[in-house]
Parts: sequence; C-alpha cells; structure tokens
Amino acid sequence: MKFAFILYGLQWALRITALRYPMFRARLKEKDFSVQIRVADNSMGRTFIFKGGRVSSRSGVRQDCDVDISVKSAELGAELMMPPVDHLKRIEAIKAFSLMAVGPDELVSWFSETVYMMQRAGWTWGTPVANGETRYVNNTNGGPVFVYQKAGKIVRLTPIDFDDDDAGTWTINARGKEFTPPRKSSISPHGLASKSIVYSKERNLYPMKRVDFDPNGDRNPQNRGVSGYERISWEEALNIVEAEIKRVNRSYGPGAILAARSSHHTWGNVGYYISAYNRFTNIIGATQTMLNPDSWEGWYWGAMHHYGHSMRNGAAEIYGQVEDCLQEAEMIVFWASDPEVTNGVYGSFEGTIRRQWAQELGIKMVHIDPYLNETAAFMGGKWIAPRPSTSPALAQAITHVWMTEGLYDKEYVQNRTTGFDKWQDYILGNDEEGVARTPEWAADETGVPARDIRALAREWASKKTYLAAGSMGTTLGGACRSATGAQWARAMICLMAMQGLGKPGINFGGLQFGAPIDYNFYFPGYAEGGFSGDLQNSGNAISLYQRMPHLISMNPTQQAVPRLKMPEAIMDGKAEGYPIDIRSIEGQFFPVNYPSPGHSKVKMMYKYGGSYIGTQPDSNRYVKMYQSDELECVIAQAIWHEGEVKFADIILPACTNFERWDIGEWANPGGYGYDWVGQLNHRVIGIQHKAIDPLGESKSDFEIFHAVCKRLGHGAYFTEGLTELDWVKRVFDASDLPRHISWKKFLKKGYFVVPPEPEASRPKTSYRWFAEGRKKDVPEPHPLPGSYGENFLDGLQTQSGKIEFESNSLKRYGNDPERPPLNKYIPAWEGIHTSDLFKKFPLQLFSPHARYSFHTKGDGKDSAINDITDHRREIDGYFYWIARISPSDAADRGIEENNLVKLYNDRGAVICAAHVTERVRPGMIHSRQASAVYDPIGKPGYSADRGGCINNLTPNRTQSLKTHSAAYNSCLIEVELWDGGSNIGHGAAEANNQIAGAGNALETAGQD
Amino acid sequence: MKKWNLLIDVAKCHNSQNCFLSVADEYQGNTHPGYAAEMPRHGHRWIDTKKKERGQAPMVDVAYVSTMCMHCDDAPCIFAAKNNAVKKRDDGIVIIDPKLSKGQKHLVDACPHGAIWWNEELEIPQHWNFDAHLLDNGWKEPRCAQACPTGALKALHVEDSEMEKIKEEQNLEEFNPQFKTKPRVHYKNLHLYNKCFIGGTVVFVENATEDCLEDANIVLKKEDEKLDEVKSDTFGEFKFDGLDPNSGSYQLEITHDGFLGLSVEVELEESIYTGVHTMQAR
Repeated sequence: MKFAFILYGLQWALRITALRYPMFRARLKEKDFSVQIRVADNSMGRTFIFKGGRVSSRSGVRQDCDVDISVKSAELGAELMMPPVDHLKRIEAIKAFSLMAVGPDELVSWFSETVYMMQRAGWTWGTPVANGETRYVNNTNGGPVFVYQKAGKIVRLTPIDFDDDDAGTWTINARGKEFTPPRKSSISPHGLASKSIVYSKERNLYPMKRVDFDPNGDRNPQNRGVSGYERISWEEALNIVEAEIKRVNRSYGPGAILAARSSHHTWGNVGYYISAYNRFTNIIGATQTMLNPDSWEGWYWGAMHHYGHSMRNGAAEIYGQVEDCLQEAEMIVFWASDPEVTNGVYGSFEGTIRRQWAQELGIKMVHIDPYLNETAAFMGGKWIAPRPSTSPALAQAITHVWMTEGLYDKEYVQNRTTGFDKWQDYILGNDEEGVARTPEWAADETGVPARDIRALAREWASKKTYLAAGSMGTTLGGACRSATGAQWARAMICLMAMQGLGKPGINFGGLQFGAPIDYNFYFPGYAEGGFSGDLQNSGNAISLYQRMPHLISMNPTQQAVPRLKMPEAIMDGKAEGYPIDIRSIEGQFFPVNYPSPGHSKVKMMYKYGGSYIGTQPDSNRYVKMYQSDELECVIAQAIWHEGEVKFADIILPACTNFERWDIGEWANPGGYGYDWVGQLNHRVIGIQHKAIDPLGESKSDFEIFHAVCKRLGHGAYFTEGLTELDWVKRVFDASDLPRHISWKKFLKKGYFVVPPEPEASRPKTSYRWFAEGRKKDVPEPHPLPGSYGENFLDGLQTQSGKIEFESNSLKRYGNDPERPPLNKYIPAWEGIHTSDLFKKFPLQLFSPHARYSFHTKGDGKDSAINDITDHRREIDGYFYWIARISPSDAADRGIEENNLVKLYNDRGAVICAAHVTERVRPGMIHSRQASAVYDPIGKPGYSADRGGCINNLTPNRTQSLKTHSAAYNSCLIEVELWDGGSNIGHGAAEANNQIAGAGNALETAGQD
Repeated sequence: MKKWNLLIDVAKCHNSQNCFLSVADEYQGNTHPGYAAEMPRHGHRWIDTKKKERGQAPMVDVAYVSTMCMHCDDAPCIFAAKNNAVKKRDDGIVIIDPKLSKGQKHLVDACPHGAIWWNEELEIPQHWNFDAHLLDNGWKEPRCAQACPTGALKALHVEDSEMEKIKEEQNLEEFNPQFKTKPRVHYKNLHLYNKCFIGGTVVFVENATEDCLEDANIVLKKEDEKLDEVKSDTFGEFKFDGLDPNSGSYQLEITHDGFLGLSVEVELEESIYTGVHTMQAR
C-alpha cells in the first residue's frame, strides 16, 4: 500500500518539480520512453510514460515497457524509494538481485539520474560579487581558489581570503615570540596559472581520429606521432572504442587492454583517477599499469629497511615538528630539500612563512644540494654542493667524524638502535673492505672539501638539529631518485639514529609538515578512491567505503605492466618489476612478471593523460613503443594535445576540473600521504563548483567513462544511477562536514575551514615516544597491528622494533647485492666512476622537479608559465626548456647565456636554452624535468627534441635490479652549441629541420 | 587623503612569480572598460621580476626584485601623453586610458622605468594599473599582494605624510632614484640587488689536516680607513655586504689568536668570493 502510494506520488513529484524548475522541465524533454516499477511477483506495479516533456503514469503490470524495474517485495520497494535514500539498503538490494533494472543502459541511467535530480532541482551555488560576476570555489593541485565567472567565462582565480565566519587560526609560542599564519590560503604558480591552461589553444576540444588509422583496414601504427588528425563525432569515436574493446577481448582474451595513467590528475574525490578511472578500468577488466613509488623511491626501497613505515612508503612520521622545531631546534640541515620549489607536493606555500619565522628566530641553516636551490637562495646559510649521486659518501664521512670524535648520542644508540658495532666497523674501515670513510675519502668522491664536512659534522652534533631530508623535509623525495637513491635515504635514517631522533629539537623536518591543525576531522583524501569501490587498489576499504556505501569494483584481470618497463613489455613481450605493497616491509620483495600466467599480452592501450615522454626515464623508449605494431589501437583520453597524446589513434577530449563538479580537500591525498594536510596552516575543504560548461565538445572523465560503459551495458553499474554532483553530495555526507556546516551553506559558499586544534590537545611530536621508550602516541594508524613484534604500539615496524643500522629485513631477503644489510657505499652505475662513458659524456645531468609547473601540468599548453624566464626562454618565438651550466663548463664549450645548446648522450638529445650560472657546480648540468612538450625535430624517438623532454636522456635502469625504481639523476651527458640539426649524437646533422634528412640520422641511431 | 603605495622587500622575495601570474590572470582574456584592455597572451611583463646572482661558488646569493609601473607622482608619461591619455588619480594611481592612448607608442619610451609595454595588436601602450578596477570595487589590495606567498609585496593605503614616515623608519629606497619621478613603489633591502659583497673563507692546517677557522676577525679597509669588521663563521666564511660595484681596491685584514695575520688586496667590480685564506700558526 505504502509502495503503491509512493509510486503514485513519484509521478506528481516529477510533474511539480518540472513546474517549478525550468532546468528540470528541459531534462524531461530529453527522452520519450516508458519505465515500469513493479513488485517482482507482479502483485503490483506502475508504469511511467515520458513523452514530449510530460510524465504520466498508470497502475498495473505490463510487458511492453522500455525499462523494467523490479523489487522483491512491496515493503522493500517502499523502503528503497522513500527519501532520503538509504544507500546501504539500496546496494544490498542490488547485490542480492532484490532490486533489478532491465532495459537499455542509456534509459536506465537517465531515469535514475532524473529521479535523483528532483532533490537537487532547487539547489543554488556561488556568491554574487561586483561587476556582475559570480564567485565559485575550486581546488587545484597547488591550492584552493576562488573562481570568478561572468557570462559563462572564467574571469580570474585567486587564493581564498578567509572571512569572519571562517574558523580561527592557531598560534605557536616560541622563544618569547608568537607566530600566527595569515588568514588566507596560498597558491602554487601552476594553480594560479590555471585559467591560462583552461583557455589554451592546445585543448582537445573534439574527438579526433588519426588520419591514417583505419580500424577496419590499415592501422599504420608506425605513423603514430606523425600523421595528424581529423575531427570525428562522439558517436564515431565511441563506436570505435566500443568495437576495439570488444574485438581485442574476443580475439586475445583477458589482459589485452592496457590502462595507463600518470601519477597525478586534476583535483577532486569523484573525478580523480583513483575514483572514476579505477572504477572504469576494473569494469572493463584492463591490465593495470604498476606504478613505481616515484615520489619515494629510495625511502621505499631503502630507508624503510632501517626504521619501518611501510604504510608511508618508507617516509617518516609528520606530527608536531613545526612547534618543536621553532621552540627547540638550533639548526636545520636541508639535504636535497627545496620546499620552496616542491611545495610539499600539494601544499602551495604554506610552509614558507614558517621558514621565515625560523629565519627570524636565528635558527642556523645549511643546504646540501649540487645546485644552490631556491630555498637556499631564500633562507641563506652555508651551501654545500656534492656531485650528484655522491651524497651517501658525504653522510658516511659525517658519521666517521661523529664516531672518531665521540660526537653522538651514545645512550640513544645503546637503547634505541641495533647493529651499531658492525656499522662502526664498516665506517672506520675495520671490516673486510678496510676503507675508512674519512672526510678526505669523501672529499674525493663528492667534491666537497674535507674541512667543510668536518665543520658540518661538528656543528650538527653540537646543536639540536633538524634534518630536512628530501622535498618534504620529513623525508620523501630529494636525492632518492638516482643509482644511490636508496643509499642516500638509508643514510638519512642512520644519521638521525646517532643524534637521537625524536628528542626535543632533533627530528626530521624543514617546517613543511607537522602544523598544529586538527588531524581527527574526517574528510577523505583522493587515494581513498572516491566512488571507485576499489578495495584492492585504493584506501577505500579503510573508512570511505563504510561511510559511503557503494558497489565494489574489482578487476578480474590479474596482470600488470611495470610502468618503467612498459616499452619492454610491449615491444619485447616481457618485463619484471616489484610492487608497491605497503602492508609490510617485505611486500616489495615479490617480483611481478608480465605477462601473467594465462593472460594475453597487451594489444590495445587506453591512455589517460599524456605525460610519459616528459616524465619517464629514457623516454624515447615510450615513443618507439607507441609506434610498435604490437599496439593495435591506442586511445587517449586527455585534456590537452600534448606529449604522447599525439601518438594515439583516437583522442577523447576531457575537460578540466573547472568544467565539472567535484569535491576535495586541499593537499589531502589520503593513502600513503596520510595526514599530509598537516603541512597546511588551515585545512580547507572545498566544493569544486562547475564554474563553466566544458569547452568545445569535451566532457568530464566521469562522463566519458560512463559513455563507454553504456556501450558495454555497464552504464548503470558505473554510476549507480548517480551524476557527478550526486556523488559530490555523497562524499560530503560521508565526511565530518555535516556536523559543522549544512549542505546548503557549503554548496553556496563553496568551502569550509576546519577549526584548529586547541593547544592542549595538539598531537605529540613525532618519535618523542620512541626516543623516550614509550608506546607510540602519534595519530597515525600505522603499522598494521601484526607488524608489532611484541606488544601493540611498542616500537617500530622493524624486526627489532628499533632503528637498525644493519637491516634485518634486507638480511632476511639476502637477495640483493645492491642493497646489502649495512648501507655500504656503492658508487653510481652511471657516474664519475664509469670511466669509458664518463670520458664520452663528462657532465652529470641533474634533473629535479620543475618549480613553476607541476609535472607536466602548467607547462606548454600556451600557459602563462611559459613566459617565466626561469621556466622557459623565448628565443626567436619558441619557448625553450632551460639548461643551467656553470661558467667554467660553459666557457670550455663556447656557450653563452641564451645560446641554444644540445644536451645529448647515446639515448637522445634535447635542445635547450643555456643559462650560465654560479648556482650550478662545475661538472654538471641542471635542467628540471617534466616538459609537457615533445617536439622531435626529425623522426620521433630517433631525433633531437626541441620541446625539452630531458627524460629522453635519463637511464632506464632501476636503482637496484631487484626494485622498480627510477634513477633519473645518475645520468651522463655532453653539451654543445646546437647546430640546428636533428641528430641525437655529437656534431652536425645531415639536414636542418627536415624530417627526410633526419631519416638518415635515424638509420645511424637505429644501428646502435 | 589616503593614497596607494607598494612596498617591496627584496629580502623576502623568492621569485614565486605569483605577482606576474596574477597580472597575467587578471588581464589576459579580460577587458576592464575604462581601466585596461586585454594583455597579450605572451611577451608582456607588466610586473617583471628581475634577478641578480652575486658572487661565485661556494658563496653565491640571489636577489629578486619585482618591478612594475611605479605610479610616479612626477610621471613623465603624463606629460608625454596626448589627449590626456594618462591620468593621475586622486588616490595616487596612474592610469593609461586604453582608448585615449591608442597609437601613442611614444609613451613606451617616455617611461624611464621601462614599465610601459606596447600592444602591437591593439596599438596601445599598457601598464600595470594597480588593479584599480578591483580597488574601486572594494578590494582591499591588488592581486599581486594578495597572492604573494612571502609578504614581500605589500600595498599600503595611507596618507602621504604617513608614507614619508614609513620610508624613513624602514629605510625604503627608489628603484631608479636617478630619474626623480617620485615613484609610489618603494623598496626595502635593495642592496641585495644593486650593491656588492666581498666574501671569503678562513682555514688553517694542523697535523696535515685542513679545517675551517671560526671566529677569525676580518677587518675591511679602504685606503687604510676601516669600514667594517666581522667574524668568520663555523665554516670559516665571512662576508661584507652593501659595497658599491666598481668601487676600486679594498684591503682585508684577517687575524685570529695563535695565527699570523693575513692581509688581502681586493679589487671590487662585482661581488667577489676571494677564496680560501690559510692562516699560519705563530
């Protein structure tokens, strides 16, 4: 009875909503069809007829409806349809086949979305401001923004100034001073330049097909990247995508489709790759791309073995360090740490002001970096410049001074560490190698004067010192991406173990992390998987899945391609890698082989974004891979026409985050970036208003995946009948926000500032518990309970529960000669000791992250960032990537400022603008990585790149062969004035800028 | 009457380029009638951050100075303009009218600060107008100041008398005082950009081992007159800053108990790291 009444009411609800809201009225005009909702035993039912924008209904059960929805019983039907919707009940009914919808996917999705749409027909959003503009909110990878819109166009983006209604701000008292951050959000350059890449002439605005790709005839894979495109309709594009997915599955079996993406995406919880993309690729059963831990590398493969933290990929705890550092520390050593450039990945300039406070307090600073980085230039202090890849030797020499002069915390070493005696024997040369790791020994290796090493070691030991190790300071990034990356990260742990990690003023950090904010307020990070339902490959299972019940998605295809070996997998048909498995320290020891047993090799690629040629090592390999006939079809779903997108057969145009709905918290990745919001001065959670309509015919990723899924009958499963905005509301409901702000207000205003933690309940300082031998008391749920050897919360994740100078896990593994249990110095496999190569290519290429762009985001695309003369240099109307060279190396080669130069080795050549600077130590070239532009002068993959893809030059060898790790910074090259040719080797090419001429170069190169 | 000023602290600028990007965001693709026409997509730097690297490895420092229309009280562009195309507003802001200035390319040369840019397509001279259209709509500061992550760039809306006091107290300078245009953009710590330093490292050798010498006393002299005195730090390093470029010869006298004194002659052109000075035991 109740159910019958609800169904009768539904007709009226649809009509009244249409009467009140023109948008809903328009919606009803989209489709003419009939849908029946009935009890499964046909005891009751009602049919709704949509025709010409009108809705009518009649009771009774029929056989001729377009869509048939059935529920097991009238009681269940009433429960499921009575608002507010109980999503848990709903999906349980779906899983139990108690709620079924049969009919064309398009109509099922449309009907469900329309019913949901009624509840939001009256929603309003945005704040009217002066000049006829409306102010919306969005999140970027570099901070939240106000988006001012007028007449369907974005006028401007600004950081957010908090108002009086927003929560308060914390204060830290340190050494008699009070420090309070400004009441606004900060923004990274790539975030601030967003408008210029939204309105970019490089946008993919229409579906495109490569002109000589004929899915029913000649596919011409060898012409990928060369042949150009023609515009096609969405209908045509989806026809091809649908047909190709079906064809390769039927022809080859599971595993034939490879899904590949980058590490980052446009911000949000719904549209983010770990959400929509994971759900999609699970649904189509694609072979996955197995990522290397690209931000962690040495920390994951190395540091973890001395102190645990597998669930942070080997990175350290990040609590309380801001207060402790400002109150107690006397010195900060920044080692391969340039937070003013790397911005805590997503943290904008939030840490900047805190470093300015440290400067104001007179805390001394030392900067160890082959390049006088921006943080060093900004903060001042001693600059120590080791050769790239030699930092572990520098660390050993510091250790030598501490050991020989007794300058370490003996009580701490005694009680909180193991294996020190063996470590000491190695450092002092009392072991089988017999080499004392003295400052003089390290001076030869690193190029740092022995006197500076001694002075640093003594100063460090005599002062309470923070070690800002890597980009985050609290470990991560830094010198972790070279042949010695794991050695360096391991060295950082061993150094701090000798100085009393966790004691007041002695910790990891460069004031980037550990601010006194509220760490308990729940809002999901992007790695919690949004609506992916992916319990295996996201953090969904931990909290979000319980808080936001939705259908799980699981990939039946148990095959993965290691990203760093993708070209070998495709072209040679096999590859081996090692996984990111954060459950345990040992998870990384399990090899992953491609192809998987019984699976098809990859025949088709579904690529999301186009960053590989700019970001992956030895990236001419990827170019060659795309031109291989092993790939019968390449689909690119991408916002911009850049990088390897230009190698696809079909391009599906995606829109930016300003053109779709989403919701997200600034700098909150969740997952192994647990509590990264701790780098913010204020936690800001924002709705991501759809400020403008998608440009051209572009669509949101969600919409594109949905469109493909509908072709395969998976449409209703993909969306669960919800639109993006419905999912945004569900994420809101799943978080702690509803306890503090109404949906209506949040949707309208667009953001919420989480109140700061009261002083009395601020988190304890990282590792204080460990230093004092107490149970762990920082608010991270790591490691897993089973990883404590004895009592819960007692000790670290290592076998001994202590910091291990001699690693038990590496000892147990016993299988990697490049990672011995003691962190022995093994010189880089490409560097100053590889003499034949060094003679040929005598310069070390050092390629840290770009400052103004974020990976490939913000670069190229006709972006405003191109005009920044420290990012690119405009020479004769072309924006060249920059190579920084020391005055002596420049003089030796006749190179002057802004000369166009060729950086080259046997792997490739890149044309750059020279910047001659004293900030680069002699013997190396500094050129940041991740160009979005790949612009080969001759044949792609075999000629010099004018776009600036420095990674054409870097080696593809993993740091140690038993890892899946990149080693960009162990790379030898030579540099010369560019002669205008396309050849990748030394000297003149046969022709200038002629593809035909470059073909000769190709033949030469191809024979190598 | 309160007027707008911009205060730029060179010591606080770390070249985020957020000021430049704010201008690009505000003026590219947007027309602000009566205030500004669209800024070209590339090539214009209405706010332009200049860079100065000083010294030689291992003693190198870097200064960044943002420059822009100085909103001069004696603005040469106002006198050079025809049709009253450039106006001085009561709040101190200089505005080049995007319509009246059409074709007046000579205004580009009229600005001694190089802050006026020629828009080839629209045939108008353009500059950064302090975001006057936003201030007139109630904004509290121009966008470059709002987006500056370090506080290097601050807008001050104060009486001229108050500004004079601030200039005095904070030792503010003009970027190009030689032009005498009474700019409303004021600089702090400008010596990091336009002055020089002399630096060096003091070491000693004992038992064939070289070490940095801390607390050595270094006196800087010019023509036997003592100018300054500093101590070497943990790494034996010392630095005298604020010297004029191309200012001739200086003498360094390095002393430390237990060592023989050292005297070093320095010819100063640009900032110079004088190298490693080894002290001999008495």
